Amino acid sequence: MCLAVPARVESLDRAASTAVVNLDGISKEVSTLLLDDVAVGDYVLIHVGYALERIDPEEAEKTLTMFDELKGVEP
Amino acid sequence: MSRLDIERGVVEMAHGSGGRASAQLIESLFIRHLDNAWLRQGDDASLFDVGAGRMVMSTDAHVVSPLFFPGGDIGSLSVHGTINDVAMSGARPLYLSAGFVLEEGFPLAGLDRIVASMARASREADVPVIAGDTKVVERGKGDGVFITTTGIGVVPEGVHISGDRAEAGDMILISGHIGDHGTAILSSREGLEFATAIRSDSAALHELVAEMVNVAPEIHCLRDPTRGGLATTLNELVRQSGVGMQIEEGAIPVRAEVRGACELLGLDPLYIANEGKLICICPAGVAEKVLSVMQAHPLGRDAAIIGKVVEDERQLVTMKTVFGGLRVVDWLAGEQLPRIC
Amino acid sequence: MKYVDEFRDGDKARRLAELIRTEVNPEREYRLMEFCGGHTHAIFRFGIHDLMPENLKYVHGPGCPVCVLPAGRIEAAIELAEAEDIILCTYADLMRVPAGRGDSLNRARARGSDIRMIYSSTDALAIARANPERQVVFFAIGFETTTPPTAAAIQIAEKEGLSNFSVYCNHVLTPPAMRHLLSSGEAHIHGILGPSHVSTIIGSQAYAGCCNDYQVPLVIAGFEPLDVIQSTLMLVRQINEGRFEVENQYSRAVSQTGNRKAQALMQAIFEPRAMFEWRGLGGLPDSAVQIKAAFHAFDAEKRFGMQAIDVADIRGCICPAVLRGVSDPVDCKLFGSICTPEQPKGACMVSSEGACAAQYSYGRYRLGGKSEI
Repeated sequence: MCLAVPARVESLDRAASTAVVNLDGISKEVSTLLLDDVAVGDYVLIHVGYALERIDPEEAEKTLTMFDELKGVEP
Repeated sequence: MSRLDIERGVVEMAHGSGGRASAQLIESLFIRHLDNAWLRQGDDASLFDVGAGRMVMSTDAHVVSPLFFPGGDIGSLSVHGTINDVAMSGARPLYLSAGFVLEEGFPLAGLDRIVASMARASREADVPVIAGDTKVVERGKGDGVFITTTGIGVVPEGVHISGDRAEAGDMILISGHIGDHGTAILSSREGLEFATAIRSDSAALHELVAEMVNVAPEIHCLRDPTRGGLATTLNELVRQSGVGMQIEEGAIPVRAEVRGACELLGLDPLYIANEGKLICICPAGVAEKVLSVMQAHPLGRDAAIIGKVVEDERQLVTMKTVFGGLRVVDWLAGEQLPRIC
Repeated sequence: MKYVDEFRDGDKARRLAELIRTEVNPEREYRLMEFCGGHTHAIFRFGIHDLMPENLKYVHGPGCPVCVLPAGRIEAAIELAEAEDIILCTYADLMRVPAGRGDSLNRARARGSDIRMIYSSTDALAIARANPERQVVFFAIGFETTTPPTAAAIQIAEKEGLSNFSVYCNHVLTPPAMRHLLSSGEAHIHGILGPSHVSTIIGSQAYAGCCNDYQVPLVIAGFEPLDVIQSTLMLVRQINEGRFEVENQYSRAVSQTGNRKAQALMQAIFEPRAMFEWRGLGGLPDSAVQIKAAFHAFDAEKRFGMQAIDVADIRGCICPAVLRGVSDPVDCKLFGSICTPEQPKGACMVSSEGACAAQYSYGRYRLGGKSEI
């Protein structure tokens, strides 16, 4: 359920609580009403035209390094 | 009677009445752009000589919203679409006809733009529009402009291309990136607007086809994956030929922007419409040769071999995912609509 | 695509799958419920179960909002659209869902009702602003992920005094449904792949009680295929070690407490609904929300006096059992014969996230026989 995709914040209109986000060359205006302190350069999850949550780059990195335990496993 | 005011005027019921207003619209708008000896003749039907060989004929009704989109409009689309349908039999397209249904109140400036674009597409493709008709419907009974085009062409000797000829062992080729047209349309559709550099791939493919059949007259099938996209077109061919197909997800060319738009809206690029791409199915022995010819042509620069035809009595198109998993690639069910879940 | 492509690496997927194969106990069965349709979709779209050992089975859950919406709620919306001069706005996902007697919003639109597909609740507001002389009703569905955007729309409508806008609220809550499934025990679940985007809103702590009470491990899992496979490994390890904790694989977007701003907005506008009917699960207490009395002006059920309509399920359709994780789509006699994505009879065949549609559209190669078209 709940299709949401990560997109990069390109610009912000704080007065209107909107942001323009970019996803591989696709720019779309979304609402930032559900998030405080969004900054340009953040990656946010977009769902039905709203930014739901910020992606935490450190946690993403941690998850990716968990794949390192795969070293030595042969498929 | 006053001159046709293309700048500020709108389509009126009288423009379809067959009277002087109709004649004026045809003269000052349609013939001005599409001008050729047949249209100038002014008869109800156009005469032309027929050569030897087999002829093909195809017709296509074009409705598109919005009428103008990045990379084209309904005018150029109605020329490319029908040329491509004729060309997919391996034929050289010769002539087109065009029927217009106009909605009362539609700005003449918009119509002028559409017909000019149509004329440009027809000139570039060297396939003239030699017959046409215009009707006007009351306001609210149309969506601006509908255009139906019919094309005829001649198939060269020794070419037998048909959707029922795919055989197990054949290779499947695509002429370039998929999903560009549908993505361009979506980007300008009301309520969905997003900004992108993606433009419709709308183009006439007959010259590419001519070069392909020239080097490989044994090509089995050609088809342009328009509505329903690559997935639906492959399923049509599978049903016609009574075979199965296996394609490789990683081999299918898709632009990053098209993938991005699809992720955002919950769509699948395999189902997004194309207007300037073709699928070619040919014996494995000539696949590389055909691929090189395609890649040497500007409209086939990004062509790729994407899979093969297999025996399968269940008549399924399956796809090896980039994961190594397998999945069915089904017909499009209903419409391809943005999803939230 | 950053944060997407890294999690679709086929080579890593195969290595992870190999690790799962070496760690599973061949003597036992692993029945893992993917609660969300998003996971169902990913499992079929990427062919994940082909990579899994035979004694590990994914059981589909009820986490597809269009699948669990009872036909009567759609019927009520169609009646409203036909009785009143309104513009009914809804997400495209709902358009083909079967109501009673083969009807759907799509068919109602074809008969002349003004039903419009929107991408966002903000689009429904825009339509209301553009049509001040007409009533605009937003037919809202979804779990906790989709609820805050609806709350935001109501808040904006109130601020602007947009008196021609109202919401037909069908928002449901994940934890009560999960509790219900676990309490019945009929699906024999050993572990749960927990919702990813619902959890961004409600936080990982929302499931702690559930795991404890029913002694079932849960891993909040992202929707990308590597997320699903890694979460599967985490569940296998919990099961092998006899643990039943809430673990968070999707920590890049889900925190322990969730999105407090979104939660506050939901609480400002909505309150629990004493009872809500779920397709397949029946009436569940406190499993949905309704619009608070202070915002009744924006509640379509109140404004138009909408009544509940009882619609019997299609005879032979086993969607209810599929939604409870008790049956598999292929157990249904209608599956692939009279019920297909083209002509869906049951709700699970409509959304591409529905277990039946995912199985039919992506997984049919596993079944024998000639395909129906």
